[in-house]
Amino acid sequence: MMNMIKEGLENNGLITAFAIIGIVMYIAYFLSDKLTKGRVHGSAIAIMFGLILAYIGGVNTGGEKGISDIQLFSGIGLMGGGMLRDFAIIATAFGASFSEVKKTGISGITALFFGVFYSFVIGVVIALCFGYRDPVALTTIGGGAVTYIVGPVSGTAIGASSDIIALSIAIGLIKSISVMILTPIFAKKIKLNNPRTAMIYGGVMGTTSGVAAGLAATDVKLVPYGAMTATFYTGLGCLLVPSILFLLTEIIF
Amino acid sequence: MIIFGVALLSICMLIGVIVGDALGGLMGVEANVGGVGVSMLLLVLAVDYLKKKNKLQVKSEEGIAFWGGIYIPIVVAMSAQQNVVAALDGGGMALLAGVVVVVVGFLSIPFISRIGEKAKVNEQEIELSILPKEQIK
Repeated sequence: MMNMIKEGLENNGLITAFAIIGIVMYIAYFLSDKLTKGRVHGSAIAIMFGLILAYIGGVNTGGEKGISDIQLFSGIGLMGGGMLRDFAIIATAFGASFSEVKKTGISGITALFFGVFYSFVIGVVIALCFGYRDPVALTTIGGGAVTYIVGPVSGTAIGASSDIIALSIAIGLIKSISVMILTPIFAKKIKLNNPRTAMIYGGVMGTTSGVAAGLAATDVKLVPYGAMTATFYTGLGCLLVPSILFLLTEIIF
Repeated sequence: MIIFGVALLSICMLIGVIVGDALGGLMGVEANVGGVGVSMLLLVLAVDYLKKKNKLQVKSEEGIAFWGGIYIPIVVAMSAQQNVVAALDGGGMALLAGVVVVVVGFLSIPFISRIGEKAKVNEQEIELSILPKEQIK
C-alpha cells in the first residue's frame, strides 16, 4: 500500500511538486497571517521554508540539489528548474509599464556597472584578509561575490583550481540567499516601493534568483523591474571579471 | 483563447533565449547573457503594441497572467533545490563575503537612486532647451 502511494507520487513528479509547494505556501501564508499579522510576507516565509527543505535534503542525501535529490521530491527540481522559472519571471513582465522602464534607463545602467564593480572589489578585499595573494584566486573569489555563475565562469576561464571555484560558488550562493532574506527587511529603508528603485536594486544586487525572490516577498508588482536589470548583471559580470578586472588584479598584485 | 497568451509568452522567451545565447557566444562566455531581460522587454513591447491596437483579448491575457501568478510558488521550489549545505559549509569567508556584499549594496542604493534622478532632470532640461525631441533616445 505504502509502495503504491510512493510510486504514484514519484511517477507524477511535477504534479506532486505542485501539491507539495501548494501546501507549503498555504502553511506559510497561514503563519504570516496568524503569527506576524501579515508583517512578514507569506512568500518570504515560504521561501525560508524552501531553503530549510533544501538544507534537509542536502543533509540527508549529500547531494547538491537540496530536497529534489530525494526521489519522492524530484519533481520540485523540474518545477523550480531554469526553464519554468524563466518562463514565469518573463510572465511577470506582463504587468510592467514600458514608460517606467524607459525612465530608469540611465540609473539602471549605472547601477549595473556599479553593482558588478563593488561586489568584485569587496570579494577581493575579503579574500586578501583571509590570506589569498594569487591574482587568479582573488579574481575567482571576487567573481563569486558578483554571482555564483560569474565566479566559476571566470575561474574556469583563467584556470583557477576547483576548491577556489567551489568557494566562489559558495560566496555567490550566500549572496543570493542573503538577498532573499534581507530584502523585505531593508525594503522600507531604501524606499523599495516603486519600479525605479526596484530596477536600481536589481542592477546593484544582480543575483536574479535572490532579487526575484526578495522582491516577491516585498511587493510582487516590483518583480519584473528588478528581475529585468538583474538578468543583465550576470552577463556584464561574465564580460568584465575574466577580462578587465582580472587584468587590473594582475597588475595590482 | 488562453493558449494565445501562453504562445506569445513562449515566443518572447524563445527569441530572448536565442539572443542571449548568441550574445554569450559573441563574448566567448558559455552562458546566456541577458536572455531573460530581452524576453521581458519583448513581452512588455508586444503587450503594449497589441493593447494599443486592441488585439489582446482578456482570455489571452489570462494565459500570461497565470504564469506570472505561479511565479512565487516556482521561486519556493527553486529555493528548495539550492545547495544550502554547501553555502553554509563554504566557511566563514563565504558567509562574510556574501553578507557584506549584500549589506553594502543595500546601503548604496539610495545614493545611486539620487545620481540617477539628477541625470533624469538634466536630460529633461536638455530636451526642453536644445534638442528636438526626436533626437533624444
